[in-house]
Amino acid sequence: MHPLRGKIAIVGAADSEVGAVPYLSATQLCVDAAFRAMADAGISKHQVDGLLTCNALAEPYMYHAEMIAEYLQIFPRYCLSVGAGGGTSFALVHHAACAIAAGLCDTVLIAMADTLRTGLSREQAFALMSSAGHPQFESPYGPSVPAFYALIARAHMARYGTTAEQLASVAVGARAYAARNPAAQKRDAITIEDVLASRMVADPLHVLDCSLVSDGGAAVILTSADRARDFQKTPAYLLGAGEGHNHEHISQAQSLTTSAAVESGQRAYAMAGVGPGDIDVAELYDCFTPVVLIELEDLGFCSKGEAGAFVLAGELGPEGQLPTNTHGGLLSHCHPGNPGSMFALTEAVRQLRGESTSQIPGAEVVLAHAQGGIMSSHTTLIVGGVSTR
Amino acid sequence: MTEIARNIPRPTPETAPFWDGCREGRLLIQQCTGCGHRQFYPRLVCSQCQERPVWIEASGKATVESFTIVRQAVSPAYAADVPYVVALLRLAEGPVMMSNIVQCDPRLLTIGMPVTVVFEPMSAEITLPKFRPA
Repeated sequence: MHPLRGKIAIVGAADSEVGAVPYLSATQLCVDAAFRAMADAGISKHQVDGLLTCNALAEPYMYHAEMIAEYLQIFPRYCLSVGAGGGTSFALVHHAACAIAAGLCDTVLIAMADTLRTGLSREQAFALMSSAGHPQFESPYGPSVPAFYALIARAHMARYGTTAEQLASVAVGARAYAARNPAAQKRDAITIEDVLASRMVADPLHVLDCSLVSDGGAAVILTSADRARDFQKTPAYLLGAGEGHNHEHISQAQSLTTSAAVESGQRAYAMAGVGPGDIDVAELYDCFTPVVLIELEDLGFCSKGEAGAFVLAGELGPEGQLPTNTHGGLLSHCHPGNPGSMFALTEAVRQLRGESTSQIPGAEVVLAHAQGGIMSSHTTLIVGGVSTR
Repeated sequence: MTEIARNIPRPTPETAPFWDGCREGRLLIQQCTGCGHRQFYPRLVCSQCQERPVWIEASGKATVESFTIVRQAVSPAYAADVPYVVALLRLAEGPVMMSNIVQCDPRLLTIGMPVTVVFEPMSAEITLPKFRPA
């Protein structure tokens, strides 16, 4: 058995307020989420001896984790900020688990937040959107972030016959979960027709195929499984973690329709000793609707090219084969940029505790997958309840 | 309000020969002196065998790997171009590059269609390689 399997637990998890939060800065949201997670775990800041963060685009600091530690007036023995786009948070969980197992620290706080909705200046916003491409060989041609993902969507459609309706059904399902989650930014029900009638941003992606632009932060507390029993909430055990890294720029991708989620998923399944059929709930990175289809395929939930029909048949819904993004996802709950996948992790913890607003009965094994860049940096986490340890 | 500029490439010592070529109307890529592998963007070594590459002139012929019609510009600097086509093109020599497809009706574009390079000056120093239907 993998030496890390079940040895690390998430003992605190919390989200800040999300959506449009103009009265809090990115740093405040990060710290607010951190204190909420510490309260959830029943600890004080003095017990945190490891701190992992991701820089905020709206309020960047040269050394972000050092800044947050300074702001909190904590003095950790392990302190690091990492930037891997939307995949950062799960990669940090992987690093935190290794650091705890190696004895570098005992209690790790992972906290991050950003204010992409209300905290960016006009210049910051355009600079940010232009910075996603290669500065010499992509950005001069004016690609937007939706345009990068539109290239992927069109390739998937051409290769597998995926339809605009199938893509739209991803957004419709996410909104249905968000409607049940009072914290979600967008809660009004939408139909496939609504998605298809919404403004085209970059063919074939409509604005409702795109995730939200949000303010928000989230935090988790990790410690060793042996120590986890002393905390007040039911621990969520880290059963598997795997990463896959293929490229930074989409023009350098080896495939537009198959991603390094294949490798990250295989590594996480191997560590956890489970397969796709053992997963009760999935939390999949849904920055744009086609990404969910590729992840479903690459993580082994569907054969290649079959995810569109799988989603259209309602298999991601509460009664489906694989309830997915039960908080509403980046499409409808919130998407503050790099911290976005943190909300998938806190939702995974809620599912294992029986605290989700769309609770799946008997959820014991949850897979959460995040990717950063343009299908660039992938991390798959598998977390389990007490029975799985 | 500050004017938002187009994203103008800033050549490095590694990429300057490519941009010099574009300014002269030649599309340059690298070919490995060891294994013959052709690559773009330029790199210090061959991405396959780590031998040193040399510059060769590509034919400018390519096929469309994928494309999108951008309806919402990435910044105000590109707003007058909307709708514009961002595409991934597979060069006849093998490597993929991103560019715009111009001089076309975007509704008639398909994956796999042949295109050929055209050069559009962006500034005194920078000329961008773009593509039009062949």
